[in-house]
Amino acid sequence: MNHNDHDHDHDHDHDHQGDDKVHAYYQILGQALKELLIEKGVVSASEIRTAMERRDTITPANGAKVVARAWVDGDYRARLLHDANSAVAEFGIEMPTTHLVALENTPAVHNVVVCTLCSCYPRDLLGLPPAWYKSKAYRSRVVHSPRAVLHEFGTDLPETVEVRVHDSTADMRYLVIPMRPEGTDGWDEDALRSLITRDTMIGVASI
Amino acid sequence: MRGPHDLGGLDFGPIDPDEHPLTFWEKQIDAIRAVIGAKKIVSTHENRRTIEQLGHDVYDTLNYYERWTAALQRQMIDKGILTQDEIDQRVAEVRQRLLETGEMEVP
Repeated sequence: MNHNDHDHDHDHDHDHQGDDKVHAYYQILGQALKELLIEKGVVSASEIRTAMERRDTITPANGAKVVARAWVDGDYRARLLHDANSAVAEFGIEMPTTHLVALENTPAVHNVVVCTLCSCYPRDLLGLPPAWYKSKAYRSRVVHSPRAVLHEFGTDLPETVEVRVHDSTADMRYLVIPMRPEGTDGWDEDALRSLITRDTMIGVASI
Repeated sequence: MRGPHDLGGLDFGPIDPDEHPLTFWEKQIDAIRAVIGAKKIVSTHENRRTIEQLGHDVYDTLNYYERWTAALQRQMIDKGILTQDEIDQRVAEVRQRLLETGEMEVP
């Protein structure tokens, strides 16, 4: 391949040589970019390693802490609904560049989150998004057929429940507060957290 | 006209529920992007915009982190941090290394 082949418009000739070659090419390109950026001092190997480790430590347990607190503490719930960024900061979770909105599921309203344009997601609360959240199928369909999509996740809501779909942006992320199940009176936050899964905080599942 | 990223309201069929855990390579690209974002070299918005401008062919052919890699290349060239020539040269070296050693990293 000569340089002009992929200088500007990404008219990559290798795109037409079969998927395996394309995918192998991008892994090699990623490695080449990493090496060059390290050599030029733009990033360091240890910064990359630290970022990878940090990413692995962020899991839906973060979001579950927030939701469990909102279930047991009405004042916290009110703060979370009023100003979610400040409320999650009480747990040391800082989201300085994005506006976070908490969405409360009720017997009348069920909330579902998507990013139709890409993959925006409350990563600081839930970790990296699952593959399906980034898929064309989920992004394209959940906005017009939310009940059908929820059904594919095994979630069937009564027709009387209003389903609201929230489309995230680079600036605005959403956290669903699922409904606290009946029969959990007197449970402490630790026990409650065990009920709160990633999918319930995206809204494709209920508890 | 719809950009390649503008999917809301279309219909791409049933959802594959497989979690597809990230590979090491994907995690590494995610991490480079995180570091470059934290250093304010390329913002989330710039990354989004570069990805949206990849065009239908590239956007539809590449998977998620491959798009990020294509975008990273574009951004580094546009900002004058890397040149296309040095990237091409290093790609050739990595490919040769991979052929000879079976590894992408320098042994």
